[in-house]
Amino acid sequence: MITENISTPVISHKKKLSLTINGEVKTLEVKPWVSLLDCLREHLDLTGTKKGCDHGQCGACTVIVDGKRILSCLTLAVMKDGASITTIEGIGKDGELHPLQKAFIDHDAFQCGYCTPGQICSAIGMIAEGKAKTRTEVKELMSGNLCRCGANTNIIDAIMEVQEGLTNE
Amino acid sequence: MNDFNYTRVYSMDEALANVSLGKGHRVIAGGTNLIDLMKYFITTADELVDINPISEHQTIEELPDGRLRLGAFATNADTAYHPLVESRYPLLNRAILAGASAQIRNMATNGGNLLQRTRCYYFYDINTPCNKREPGTGCSAINGYNRTMAIMGTSEHCIAVFPSDMCVALAALDAVVNIVGPEGTRQLPFADFHRLPGNTPHIDNNLMDNELISSIDLPEKGFSSSYSYLKLRDRNSYAFALVSVATALDLEHGLIKEARIALGGLAHKPWRVQEAEDFLKGKQASKTNFEAAADLILQGAKSFEFNAFKIELAKRAIVRNCMMALDPDTQQPGAQPSL
Repeated sequence: MITENISTPVISHKKKLSLTINGEVKTLEVKPWVSLLDCLREHLDLTGTKKGCDHGQCGACTVIVDGKRILSCLTLAVMKDGASITTIEGIGKDGELHPLQKAFIDHDAFQCGYCTPGQICSAIGMIAEGKAKTRTEVKELMSGNLCRCGANTNIIDAIMEVQEGLTNE
Repeated sequence: MNDFNYTRVYSMDEALANVSLGKGHRVIAGGTNLIDLMKYFITTADELVDINPISEHQTIEELPDGRLRLGAFATNADTAYHPLVESRYPLLNRAILAGASAQIRNMATNGGNLLQRTRCYYFYDINTPCNKREPGTGCSAINGYNRTMAIMGTSEHCIAVFPSDMCVALAALDAVVNIVGPEGTRQLPFADFHRLPGNTPHIDNNLMDNELISSIDLPEKGFSSSYSYLKLRDRNSYAFALVSVATALDLEHGLIKEARIALGGLAHKPWRVQEAEDFLKGKQASKTNFEAAADLILQGAKSFEFNAFKIELAKRAIVRNCMMALDPDTQQPGAQPSL
């Protein structure tokens, strides 16, 4: 029961685009309907970014685009031509873990680990935004990332350790 | 989703020329609602017109007469955290930050927020009848599981609610929507932008198919001293409202000079009742008076099998939020209850 049926089905052409992913320029061709998430996973073999709900309800697909955390499942790859994208694969430097990666391990901030890449990218974005000053605010501003194992308390602990100047209210 | 072509446009004229080509041409900005709807085949397109490259209408600007103009293509996050919104319109800041998640607010635009569709379960389920999705097929919610549905302004054809938080604050602040179309520009008071379902529940608002929102204007008066946004929902964050309330008060010596109370989660549009706001004028800012105003707002409410609780919940939310507005510093992140 598809509404507003289209008389002649469209057969789209691939679009050429250039993305800077984790500092490396990648040129590729994708159909307009390919989400940024599928582009990363299926076209660029960057499977660190996870597909949870694919509908913007879980945050597992969070990546950083031009410095801001966004949901790659609700973005079309063609809309991000020329953008700079950071995924979980790109946050460690010179073989060292990112401080948040280390803190997640230290605080036992995951069980199955499926939400973890999204949690960490989201936390990097949140710290850059600089709006969370208290534990309550960190919880609120991280609410777009669901953890079904229930590691949330430890996730917040890990972020609190990395972001300096927070009060534990 | 179905296959479609993709076009980037760089000016409003180019965008308008594209949307005037017909219904198969759909504008995409943040995409947070549209891509989701397309994945479920609720919306289809044969051409997506990407308006993100347009350099106009991206900013928040103060106008010479003191009004604030919110660009339609500015993101929800950039709007909420703009210094002039934070300082002069904190009610809008609170309402925006109560909606969606930080990631979605970084993507979603102001124009898109006004144009988002309902989250009614039946609208989203293409295997059930829905007059909003497919006019004339019937409403599955009226005799279905209607716990989250509307209690004000419903019709026999649709009982869906409009899900925005931002728009509840915009309604309370008497915002004005600036629209551009083939014949030039026009303005709509916020109260006239969204529609009640009536016989045409498939039409959410009064924006024509060949028009675009360019910006939203806020009057100079921002009610920054006495305001509050309260959002009640099934979990503390990242969920749509069962009931939400935006209250803005102008107080003088403990008496109410002006009161604005707008509600979300109750109707097909943000809900305000002039009679209740007039009642409060000149009265003490007391719990008793707020209770009387709440009764006036909810008089005429019509509930369905599973959502009668919303009537009492809305009344209590109004009273609680008006009390919170007297002491805005007590507000919690995510518009959770305080006091």
